[in-house]
Amino acid sequence: MIIIEARGVELSFGHTPALRGADLAVGAGEILAVMGPSGSGKSTLLHCLAGILVPTAGEIHFDGRRVDTLGENERSALRRDRFGFVFQFGQLVPELTAEENVALPLLLAGTRREPALRAARAWFERLGLDGLERRRSGELSGGQAQRVALARGLVSRPRVLFADEPTGSLDSLTGEQVMDQLVASARAEGTTVVVVTHEARVAAYADREVIVRDGKVTTLVHP
Amino acid sequence: MSVPLTLLGLLEREPSHGYDLKRDYDTFFGRGKPLPFGQVYSTLGRLARDGKIVMNEAEPGDGPDRKRYVITEQGATEVSAWLAEPVAPEPHLQSVLFSKVVLALMLQRPAEEYLDAQRAAHLQRMRELTEIKRAGGLVDGLLADHGLFHLEADLRWIDTTAARLDALRAEVRR
Repeated sequence: MIIIEARGVELSFGHTPALRGADLAVGAGEILAVMGPSGSGKSTLLHCLAGILVPTAGEIHFDGRRVDTLGENERSALRRDRFGFVFQFGQLVPELTAEENVALPLLLAGTRREPALRAARAWFERLGLDGLERRRSGELSGGQAQRVALARGLVSRPRVLFADEPTGSLDSLTGEQVMDQLVASARAEGTTVVVVTHEARVAAYADREVIVRDGKVTTLVHP
Repeated sequence: MSVPLTLLGLLEREPSHGYDLKRDYDTFFGRGKPLPFGQVYSTLGRLARDGKIVMNEAEPGDGPDRKRYVITEQGATEVSAWLAEPVAPEPHLQSVLFSKVVLALMLQRPAEEYLDAQRAAHLQRMRELTEIKRAGGLVDGLLADHGLFHLEADLRWIDTTAARLDALRAEVRR
C-alpha cells in the first residue's frame, strides 16, 4: 500500500527550477533512501512530501488524501500529528532540557506536561540515553544530541519519519549507531521512513533507494 | 581488464588493422602498460576462431599486418551484453569499470545507464553487508566493514564519473 506519493511535482526558487516533474511513491512501512548530488533537489522533494513546501505544479498525496491543496494550518497540523522529522544538526531547542525537547511534539499537540514527559522518558531508555534526560543540548555529544532528535522525531508515533542527512554531522561509527537505532525503531513501530542522504553507507540501511537528478527521480533497477 | 572484449569493442567502432588496434588500446586503455604485439594477434586469432571477428583479405603488396579485422554480429552482441552487465560488486574492479565507461562513450552507448546498473549492484551488496553487521557479531562486522568501505569508494568514483560524462565523451571521441 502506498502511503505517500509525489506526482509530477515541480517547484522553482525564483527562476531556478529545483524539481521538474518528480514522481515518487513510498510504501507503508518502507524505508526509502533518496540519494543524489548536491543541488539535485532531494531535500526540496522531501520538504514537498512533508508539506513544508508547496509545489507549483503536480500533486502530493498522503494516506489517500491530497496534501498540496491544504491550507497552511491544515498542513501544519498534518506535520505535527502524522509526521516526524530528524535533521542534519539535531536542531534541539537549547533552552530546553533533553526530555523537554523530546516531549515537544506532544506538548505542541496539546498533551499535558506530565504524560508528555513520561512518554519522552520511555524513549531515553529505549535509545540508551538514560541519565541524559535533564541535560541541555550544549551538554550532549553530537551522537547523543542526534539520538535525542531521533526520539523527538518518533515520540508522537508518526506514520512517516522524514530524515534529512541524519548522520551528516557525525563520524562514521556514531552515524552507524544512529542509523541502527533509527531503522530498528522504525521497524518496531511500523513507521515509514524517507531518508535523504548522499552517503551510500546510510542508504544501505534502506529497503531501496532512488536518485534525484536535475529535479527528477530515477529508480535504480536491481540486477 | 578484459583484453579480448576491449579489442572487440574497439573493432565495433570501426574495422581496424592489428597495428591500429594496438595503438588505440595503448592510448586509451594501456595506462603505461602497452599491449605486446604477440598478445594482440593471438587474441585476434582466438576471436576469429570463435566467430566474433572476420579477417578481410590482405591488401595487395602488404604484409600480414595489413589484414583488416571486422566485428561480426555475434561479436557485437557480446560487446553489448558485456557493457550492460554490472561487474560483480567486489572491491578493486575500477579497471574493468573504467574500460566499460570509456568504450560505452566511444560507441555512443548509454554510459549513464550502465553506471546506474553498477550503482544498483553495489548498493545491493552494501545492503547485504549492512544486514550482516546488524545481525552478526563484531568479527563478521569488521569483515563487512572492509567490504563496505571499498564499495563506498567505488561508488564515489561512479558518482564522479557520472558527473563528468559529457566532458569524457568529448575527450574519447576526438
